[in-house]
This record gives sequence, structure tokens and C-alpha cells, in this order.
Amino acid sequence: MLNNLWRLFGYRVLIQTLVVRELKARYRGSVLGFFWSFANPLLLLLVYTFVFSVVLPSRFDGVEDNYALFLFCGLLPWTWFTSALTESSNALLANGNLIKKVLFPAEVLPVVAVLANMVHFFLALPILFIALALFSATPPGFTELLWFPAVVAVQFILTLGFGLMLAALTVHFRDIKDLLGNLLTLWFFATPILYPWTMVTSRGPSIGGLPPAGKVLMDVNPFAHIAISYQEILFFDGPFGHWKWLLALALGGVALFLAGFALFDRLRDSFAEEV
Amino acid sequence: MTDPVIALRDVTKLYRRYAYRRQFSTLKSALLKGSLASELEPSEVLRAVDGVSLDVSPGATVGLIGRNGSGKSTLLKLVAGITKPTTGKVDVRGRISALIELGAGFHPEISGRENIFINGVMLGLTKREIARRFDEIVEFAEVEDFIDSPVKTYSSGMYMRLGFAVAVHVDPDVLLIDEVLAVGDEGFSLKCLDKFSEFKRRGKTILLVTHGLGLVQRYCDEAVWVDAGRIRGQGDPRRVVHTYTTDIASNEEHALASADRKALAATEASGAGADDTPEGSTDLPVVTEEPPTDMFQAAQGRWGAGPVRIDRVALERDGAEAHVFRSGDRLAIRLGVSTPEPVRDFVFGISIFNAEGVCCYGTNTDIEEFEPVELSGSGEVIFDIDSLDLVEGTYKLDVAAHTRNGLQYDYHRLLHTFRVKSHTKDAGIYRPRHRWSFSSGVRLAPHPMSR
Repeated sequence: MLNNLWRLFGYRVLIQTLVVRELKARYRGSVLGFFWSFANPLLLLLVYTFVFSVVLPSRFDGVEDNYALFLFCGLLPWTWFTSALTESSNALLANGNLIKKVLFPAEVLPVVAVLANMVHFFLALPILFIALALFSATPPGFTELLWFPAVVAVQFILTLGFGLMLAALTVHFRDIKDLLGNLLTLWFFATPILYPWTMVTSRGPSIGGLPPAGKVLMDVNPFAHIAISYQEILFFDGPFGHWKWLLALALGGVALFLAGFALFDRLRDSFAEEV
Repeated sequence: MTDPVIALRDVTKLYRRYAYRRQFSTLKSALLKGSLASELEPSEVLRAVDGVSLDVSPGATVGLIGRNGSGKSTLLKLVAGITKPTTGKVDVRGRISALIELGAGFHPEISGRENIFINGVMLGLTKREIARRFDEIVEFAEVEDFIDSPVKTYSSGMYMRLGFAVAVHVDPDVLLIDEVLAVGDEGFSLKCLDKFSEFKRRGKTILLVTHGLGLVQRYCDEAVWVDAGRIRGQGDPRRVVHTYTTDIASNEEHALASADRKALAATEASGAGADDTPEGSTDLPVVTEEPPTDMFQAAQGRWGAGPVRIDRVALERDGAEAHVFRSGDRLAIRLGVSTPEPVRDFVFGISIFNAEGVCCYGTNTDIEEFEPVELSGSGEVIFDIDSLDLVEGTYKLDVAAHTRNGLQYDYHRLLHTFRVKSHTKDAGIYRPRHRWSFSSGVRLAPHPMSR
């Protein structure tokens, strides 16, 4: 397995080529082309802002002044996460030709799915930073921003771990593809993206001496820590206080990635037959 | 003896017969044992390759032949490393390029140029290597004018040519080809064969799966005949191809014989209970008293009022029953006839039809001016053809016993089938005895392949 993991590094030219292919192919034939990478998150932001300020006006403590901006900080990474997982779960099936007819390292495919969506995330970042510069009362300071790449790295390794697992298991259970969409929606609402985490940490009953259920739920939700980290760094004022959780999550993320890769590696030989 | 480039040791490959209910057990066995099929019952798996050992020495060109589903392609995928053997060991030295499906890695939305680069990287080239070979690839694929259009706009020929071009320009040590040399038009096929010969000259090892037996005889140093996952024959291409074709012919023989038996049995079965024909058997031949109104429209069947019956129809070559003949063989049609009461007015007739339903030849004893005297009890009517001068194809027979003015005793319509094989792929419905000769100014030599 370690050998294969090392080989993955050797495929970087292939991975890079495929990511570029993915990006080129996605907007080929559309009028706006790459502009969609900017336009999509912007439109998404408009929809959510409209819903939560006009249709279902909600006032969340601490974020009421700049709700759209707060939302944006969590929504962009979530979009990366959710589309990377959806694409990973379908990656092997969609590229069945490569797996069945060519000697092709299958693990490259979920990696490409995660990376391609990361590039989309990066492309949307300028809009986020411009918005922060224009509208934020407390734009992030330099030392805070230093943490930003760390959050991205943690999210990357975590997403990759999930992606590898999903890609391998979907080959055996096609049901995952359908199930996943719904699970991700549930996960989205369980994650403090639409609302600040402070809103839920005190809610719910405490069972057997544990903190309130809302807090427990936040603590065990890995993406909650990712979202909180982004929000603390980008949106909220003051020093980045969530770093201990982030570090723990980084360790967990590496473990998840190794587990995901081990699972993928174990099932590798079955792909050519089951795809 | 040099070390083999490709070495298969007792390789077995099991496939799961498709059933969703055992998904968990295959996943479990894949997870725990690294093998998909080990948790399954023998009835749930298919032995695609069954205990094959094979060595290919460097520079050899080996042709894999065999029927569809015999395991040739699985064997090739095992050598390519695309699938892993369930048991046994596969060793291949050097860079492999597998032409199993051409253009498998192409993305339809992006241009041919970009696809060449991506495909090349997938096949293990560096970008610099691809750049160096780029012009050659494009020229070989004959897609110069379309190189910057997305490949989804390519014709299927262009698509496959480009796939072939990239794959062969990888410069592999071992080239695996699965029935892809038949790509494209005549010109391109020749180019592929040239490339193929060039590989041979440069001492590359080639493993070729094909149904083109001529190709195997012409290009391969060795042929391997795979049947039901096992190696049935191996060695000199001519000899292996010969045993393979002989086997095919004898199988055809069995198939035709059993088809004839079925057709005939069906007429008898439905004749026994004339009125309660089982449902769904409408396409089966039926014995009726009355002949169909339009003889030329009638499908296979049997009718006639008796009393003369044709009980048995046998096709024979040199005294032995046969269904597959070579053009020019002797063919005897033997009719076993019987009648419960003596008959004085009778004619026996025979017609040969080709697959399109064209009557190639028809005759009867009346036309050929035999006077019927008496038929009683049982006997045999033998129709001998000294030289079966028909072109290659499948033929059906009508045999009949009737009165001189056409009242049918027993008529077998297209119930008996035989096949004619021929070296010469000539066309038509009839092959006159012929030979070619040329005056001194016209020089032709016999083809090197024909002995």
C-alpha cells in the first residue's frame, strides 16, 4: 500500500493533465466559459441571501449586519466539498472505459475530482476577498490569513479521504450515488454555514453529563470545524481561536485519508470487473 | 533460450456471474482476501481463463485464436495488467501498450491535440516525448485538418485512427492487440499492418487476438488456440489454425445435424396431434395434408397425403453422414422411402436453395425421364453429386415424393441444411468448372499464400 501511495505521487503529471482537461472540458461550448467559475458562487450567494433575508427573514445573533458575507465564507468551501464528493463517487463509473480497457491508475480519478473542484474554489476566492475588503467592518488581518492555507490543506486531505472511500464503494454499491446527495443535504444543514455555531452550541438537552446535544453535534461534525475555521479567519474579528480543533482535525484527516486509500487499494483489483 | 517476456503460470481467472444478491459477499471477499470470487459457489462463477501457462519469448509475434467467449480477451487483459488473475502468476517485462479499445481515454469535448497529450501521458510518456512524436502521430492518424477540433466531432474512423496512432507511438516493448487491426479503410489497415511489421522487425513482442486467421498465418511466429479458457493448441500457426478450423467445422456439423433433427422432430410432433398445436409453435414446421397455396412463399415444413413417406434424409460424403462440405466434394443425398401399399405413380424430386432462398438447382425423376414401375415396402433413393460445385454458404434442401401430375405424397420443405466451405471467396449461385489461362504477354503468379 505504501508503495502505491508513493506511486500516486509519481502520477502528478497525469493528475495535473487530467485536472486541466477537466477544467477545460467543463466550460467548453458555453458562452461565458471560465467566467462561470466566478458567476456560479455569486448566483448561489444571491439565492441564499434572498431566501434568508426576504423569504424567511432570519436574524442570527452576531451575523445580522453582514449575513451574506458570513454565508459566503462557509458556502464556498462547502461547494468544493460537496461537488468533490459527488464527483468522486461517480468517478470510477464515469471513466469505466479507462479502468476496463486501459492500464490506468484508478486512484488518480477521485484525486482529480477533488483537485478540479479545489481549483474552482480558488477561482471563486477573489470574489470573496473583494467582498470582504468592500463590505466587512473587520477585514481579516495578516496573521489570521496565514491560517487560511492550513484550513484549505486540512479540508483537502479530509475530502480526499472521503472521496477515495466513496469512489471505491460506489463501484460495489451504486446506491451510494443516490444516497449521497441526500446525506450531503442533511450534512449541510447540520453544519454552521447558514447560521453561526454559537446559535446551536447551547441548545439541546445534555445527556449524562455531556455538554448540550447541539455542542456535541458540532464537535463530532468534521466539516463544522472547517466551516468555523473559515468563518473565524475571514469573517469574525479577533485572533483565530479554533486552531486546536483544526490541528486535531488535520490528524483525523490524515488518518481518514490513509484509511480511504487502504480501502481503495484493497478493492482496486475488483474495479475492472465491477465497473 | 532467452527468458520469456511474457510468462503466465497456471493462471486462472474467475468472473462472477451477474447477480446482485451476492454483492456483499464479493465485497467481503475483495476486502478480506483481495479476490472477488473466493466467497462464491462454483455455480456462481465463470472460469474465463482456466489454468493457462504460456511463455512468449522476446521478439515473438503470437496470435491468440478461438471462438467468441473463449477467454482470449481476458487473457490479453491479464497480460496487460488491467485485471488480476484469481490464482496463478503473470509476469511481463518492459513497457506494455495495450490496444484493447482505441481512444478509450479520449475526452469528447476537447481537441484532438490536447487528447493526444493526455492520452500519451496516460500511456506513460512524458510531455517532451509526446511533443517530439506529435507530428508523426497526427500524420499517421491522417487527422491534420481536424487536430484542433473537439474529438466528439470526429468520425468514428478518425477517432479510432487517432487512438491507434497514439498507442503505437508509445514505443512499447510489448504490444497487445485485441482485434483492432481491422480499423478504418483499406489504406489505413495496410498502414497498420506496416506498422505491425515494423514492430516485428525491431524485435518487439506482439500478442495479437484476432479472428483473422489469414493474419495469424501470415504474420505470427506462433499461434495459440484458446477454447473455454484453456489452451487447446499451440505452435506453428498453420498447424494450429488448421486444427482450429477443423474443430469449427466439426462443431458446425453437430449444430447443423441437431438443427435438422429438431426441425424434423417438430414436424412429427405436431403431426401426431394435428389439431392441438401448442401455442407459440406457429413458426415450427407443420405436417399438413394440403400443400400451402403459394409454394414459393412457404417456409420450412412438411406436408403430403401419403401413402408414400420419406422417412429418412441423409447427406453423405464418402459413405459417412456430413453436413459441412468443401466445394468440390462428393455429396450423396440418401432418401429412405416407404409405403404401406404398392404405388405405381410416383416421382422423387430434389431442390437445393441457398440462404437467400434462390433455387440453385432442382430436378426430379420425371423430368429426367424415369418411368415409375412400382414402389412397395421400403427402399432407398440415392442422389449422387460427383462434385459439389457451389460457392461458400449455407444451403437448404427440398425433397419430395409426389405423383406425376403433382399430388404430394410427402414434401420436406427446407428441412435439411448443409454448409459449403471454399478456399476461393467467389460469388454467385453456381460455380462452373473453370480454369484460367494466359497468353505469354500476360504474366500472373499464384499467390504466395496458396500452396
